[in-house]
Formats: sequence, structure tokens, C-alpha cells
Amino acid sequence: MIALALAAALQIGSKQFTESVILAEIAVQTLRSAGIEAEHRREVGGTRVLWEALRARQIDLYPEYTGTIVEELLEGKRDLAGALPRLGLRAGGSLGFEDTYAIGMRRAESERQGIRSLSDLARHRELEIGLTNEFLRRRDGWPRLREVYGFSDAHVRGMQHELAYRALRSGGIAATDLYSTDAEIQAGDLVVLVDDRRAFPRYDAVLLQRTDLPEAASQALARLEGAISAREMVAMNARALLERVPEAQVASDFLRERFGISQAAAAGSALRRIGKRTVEHLFLVAVSLAAAIAFAVPLGVFAWRRPRLGQAILATAGVIQTIPSLALLVFMIPLLGIGAGPAIVALFLYSLLPILRGTHAGLSGIAPELLESAEALGLPASAVLRRIELPLAAPSMLSGIKTAAVIDVGTATLGALIGAGGYGQSILTGIRLADTGLILEGAIPAGLMALAVQAVFDVLEWAIVPHGLRE
Amino acid sequence: MAVFEATAVVKRYGGAVVVGPIDLAIPEATTTALIGPSGAGKSTLLRMLNGLIRPDSGTVRFRGRPLPSDGLEPIRRQIGYVVQGGALFPHLGANENVALVARWLRWDATRVAARIEELAAVVRLPHDALRRFPRQLSGGQAQRVSLMRALMLDPEVLLLDEPLGALDPMTRFDLQQDLRDAFARLGKTVVMVTHDLAEAAFLAGNAVLLRDGRIVQQGPVEELARAPADEFVARFVQAHRRSP
Repeated sequence: MIALALAAALQIGSKQFTESVILAEIAVQTLRSAGIEAEHRREVGGTRVLWEALRARQIDLYPEYTGTIVEELLEGKRDLAGALPRLGLRAGGSLGFEDTYAIGMRRAESERQGIRSLSDLARHRELEIGLTNEFLRRRDGWPRLREVYGFSDAHVRGMQHELAYRALRSGGIAATDLYSTDAEIQAGDLVVLVDDRRAFPRYDAVLLQRTDLPEAASQALARLEGAISAREMVAMNARALLERVPEAQVASDFLRERFGISQAAAAGSALRRIGKRTVEHLFLVAVSLAAAIAFAVPLGVFAWRRPRLGQAILATAGVIQTIPSLALLVFMIPLLGIGAGPAIVALFLYSLLPILRGTHAGLSGIAPELLESAEALGLPASAVLRRIELPLAAPSMLSGIKTAAVIDVGTATLGALIGAGGYGQSILTGIRLADTGLILEGAIPAGLMALAVQAVFDVLEWAIVPHGLRE
Repeated sequence: MAVFEATAVVKRYGGAVVVGPIDLAIPEATTTALIGPSGAGKSTLLRMLNGLIRPDSGTVRFRGRPLPSDGLEPIRRQIGYVVQGGALFPHLGANENVALVARWLRWDATRVAARIEELAAVVRLPHDALRRFPRQLSGGQAQRVSLMRALMLDPEVLLLDEPLGALDPMTRFDLQQDLRDAFARLGKTVVMVTHDLAEAAFLAGNAVLLRDGRIVQQGPVEELARAPADEFVARFVQAHRRSP
């Protein structure tokens, strides 16, 4: 729906972390200032989702890192200029900074000991180093550093990221691993040690885009190449993450300072945001549920009439239910792209089982002498179904539909993982920014909606279930 | 001409023969009781008459024509059917149960109301019971409503499967009386299943005694008592003499 209305605008995607959102926002505002319509598809998903969306033409570009393209997307093919065009893609030039694994120290400590590079650190074998467990395990992490710089394991301990920062600040450890543009670098007055032997792969930030991007857009974006230093990126991340400045504002401030471009950054009120999320969420639930009812009720009748096929149908719906929702969503991107479409299909699939079961169980529960008497009346099968069988199955059918609806309201929050919006968007952003208020802004309305749906169906049950069937 | 005519009819379940081979003719405007011990195949035979159960071999004719394998609905509308307990549809009120098929046939409301009025008198159902749901009816009332439902379209034939089976003795006594009056007044062809010889004697002119799916003897009930065809018939009659 949203995609249709803005079909003409360029679609800029971003991943679900602050730096990606800021970079995409910078790209969007740069395009707009050049008179090109652009729309930010915020926090659409992780690397895989964005990559598939780009290849499926759902988005036109998104911020990516060269190391990620090589290691994760092209399975080790280092020749970007050769490999990408074959896929209809190209990577713009580096935006001017790297976001890679790095080792950081407190500035004071680094100056006192004269440690500026990883080679320097490797020589100070007495220093305590705290590393995250992921970094310790990853092939391109600690094992690689040991190999290239000859670090020893003697004073290394694994710890959780937050604790490592705290230990670093208190002097408990001298160094820890971080991302080279982490907001904490600025906040904690840390320095990033120079990777003088290039142990870490390059993670240059670039705009990964389709080759058929309009010429004017490519030109407008080209001015961003080399425009952002690591220090500036750290500062922008810190503003967004630690000072809670909206990403659009951070981006617009940067563009004004750097290029004198002024793009008003619209910041909506919380109420308006909740309203928008409510509409999106209701849309996902209503469309998927309506489709599931229209499909699963007749299928349930069919499954009941043909018991052997019916078992197979129920089993299939059961299997669908066990597919992890994230996997299902990602599978659907190549087919349906991103946004509300694949989310609705996923919710539709998850709604099938309860409705199918409810219908099937309701019909199977009708006493055999009632079915026989109905048949003996001499009414055609369709009239028997409508006047006798479906009304008798109604309580069970409705409870199946109610279950599906309540589950839908909850599951629809996952739609935000592929850019379908809804309350999940507030929750995801809240998690990313560690902003409890924002998380609740999504979670509380979602809970209320589940309760409301329950209440609506209780009323419907009262209205629809034949009075003769009530206790 | 016989209303029903079964010729060499056989029904098996899982290889075991439950009914047959049976030859049976039900003459017009008679009341026939299918009697016999449990498992004799009475109900199966009854259900083969209106096509609820298909014989594995042999033919059932209704008014001279074999029952078609498809499109039985018009025939079934000429055959009223009542089972033990009444099998009223619980989601419909008593009067809606009775009127269901007539409504589907687009009878107008006055005709439906008039017919229900008439039938309530025939089966002696108190008026306020018509507005109740089945779960609010007594066993006897439910059975009377079920009979009204079967009679609504004024079918020529009535099939009843243990219509009084689930009732207490007093209700049963009343209903037997009312059924006999109704049968006499309506002059319909009736086939009923019962395991009770006294009930058969009271309600039916003819009895068909079944054992293990075969007909052992048929004829007026008194004749079964007077001239039992074999030891089994004699014992069946004797067993019923002792019961109240």
C-alpha cells in the first residue's frame, strides 16, 4: 500500500542499527536536496533482508560495509567491481570511514604507555585485555590477531560487552574489542589502536545500490564519498544513541554543517506515531485474518468431508506453524519483497492452523444422529452445511478464529523486521536505542490491541453462536 | 403395489454380513414393526429403505423404482424419519426444527404456521413448547417435535427407529397411545424398529422378526405368538411375556 503510493520515489533502506539509519537518512536528505524524491524504508531488517530487498528491486540502495559484502554476501569473492555488476549492483566509493572490529584503550592510558597501534599493544604482554565472547570466537577476531601480531592468551578474559566497557573505565582492564565507530569511543574518551598490519578485513562504509539508479541520483550521492570521517560518525552515533537525538535531525545537522544543505527533519509527536503504528498494525492483522478465514473455513469443511486428505491438510498446516517466523519472513523476500506484503502472507499462514482446526473439530464434534437426521430430511448438501452443520460448528470455529486473531496481533510485531511497520517498529527501535519508553510505546498498545481483539470476538461469539447452543 | 420392496439385499461391515440376504415388501397403508434382539440388523435394514445406508448387493425399490445412487433428496422428502431421542437440531427452536425443510422449499409463513398448528394437535404437543430450544424440552416433548418434523411435508411414509426407546414408562405409555391414534388418523405407511414385542403388537399390524440379519418370521404379531416358526421365535415371544 505504502510502496504503491510512493512508487516513483527512490527507496533507501537501512538496517536495524543506529549508524545504518543515520547514513540512510543522510542519503535520503541529500537526494531530496537535489530535487529527487526519496523515501527512507527504516530499519527494514538485517544484512540478508536488505540484500534480498535490493536484488528484488524493493529498495534502490542502502548503506553497507565492504567487508560484509565480501564475507557474508559474496561468499569470499573479493573482486567487488567484478562480482556486483553481474547482479545488477554496484558499491559507491567509501563514505570516508571504516566500521570494523577494533581494539580500544582509554586515551590517558594509551598516551602514558605510548601505545598507538596493535603492534605496540602486543609488546605490552603484562596488560589485561577483556574481550567479548563473539570476538574471541570469530575467525576474523582474536584468532586472527594472535596469528598476525603474536598476542598471548595469558592476560585475556572473555566478558560481556557492557561489563568490558565498565572494566575499561575503572582500569580493571587496559583494552577491549569494539566497533571502530561505537558511540562509546567518544563518551568514554577512548582511542582506537591502529591496525598497522591490517589484520582486520576492511569494512569501508559504502552505499550499495542498483546499477540502474538514475544518473542524477548517482551524481547527487557521489558528493557523500569521502565526506564522513570515523570521528564524525562516532559523534553522530553518540548523539543519536546517547543523547537520543532523532537520526533525521543528526543527519540534517551534519549535512548543514558539511554542505550547507538544509532539509527540515520532521519529528512527529508520540501520539501521532502511535496512531500511525496502530493503523499499520491493524491493517496487517485485519487483512491476514480475513484472508485466512476465507481460505481456512472452506478448507476445514473439505478436510472434514474427505478424512484421509483432511489429515494431510491438517498435518501440513501444523508443519507451517513450526517454521520460525523470521525464517518464513526471509524466505518470502525474494518472492514478495519487503513491507506489508510478505508480513501479511506470513501472518496468513500462521492463522491457518487454528482456524482450520477449529472448523474441523467443530464439524467432527457434531453428533452422528444429527448428521443422519439432517441427511434424511432431503435437503441438498449445501443447505445442510449452511443451516445445520456450520451453525453447530460455530462455537469451535469462532474460538479457532479468536485464537488466530490474538496470535496475529502478537506475531504482527515481527512484521517490523521486514519493514511492514506496526507496533514492532517502536519495539525494535526502542531495543536498538535502549529506550524503554519507546519499547513500551510499542508493547503496551500491542497488548491492549490483543485484549481488544479478544473482547470483540467475545461480543461476536455472543451474536453469532446460535442461542440454542448456549448453556 | 408395495411401497418398499427389498430384493436379495445384503449389507456387510468389514466382511461380516449384518443384513441379508433379505427379501421384504412393505404394503401401502400398513404399519410394520421390525423386531428382534439387539444386533439383528433392524436399524440397518430400516436405513437401507431411505438410502442412508447402501446395500452391498441387492436392490431396494421405492414405489417400484430402485433408489438412485444420486439425487435422493426428493425421495427423502416423501419419507419421514424419526430416531431415538428425536435428534432435534439444538441450535434451532422447536418450531424452526419442524419448519426447516418447508422454509427451504419456500412455503409462505401462513402455510408453515397453519401446518405446525395442525401437527401440534396431531401429536398433542403443548403450544408453548414450540417456542423452546430442544435442550429445554422434556424427552417426550422432543420426540413429539421430532415426529412433527418428520410429518411436516405430509410424507406418505414414516420410518421410525426405536422412537420411544429413550423415554420413561409413563411418557412411553402416553406416546404409544398418541402414536397409535396418529397412525390410524393419518393412514400412512409406517415402518418402525422396536425390540419390544408388546409395543409392536400395540402399534403395528405386521411384525417382521429378524435374527442375525435374516428374517425368521413375518406376519401379524398374534400369529408369531400362536404359531412360532421355530424355537427362536417361541423363546423371543416367551421372553416378552414375562416382562411387564
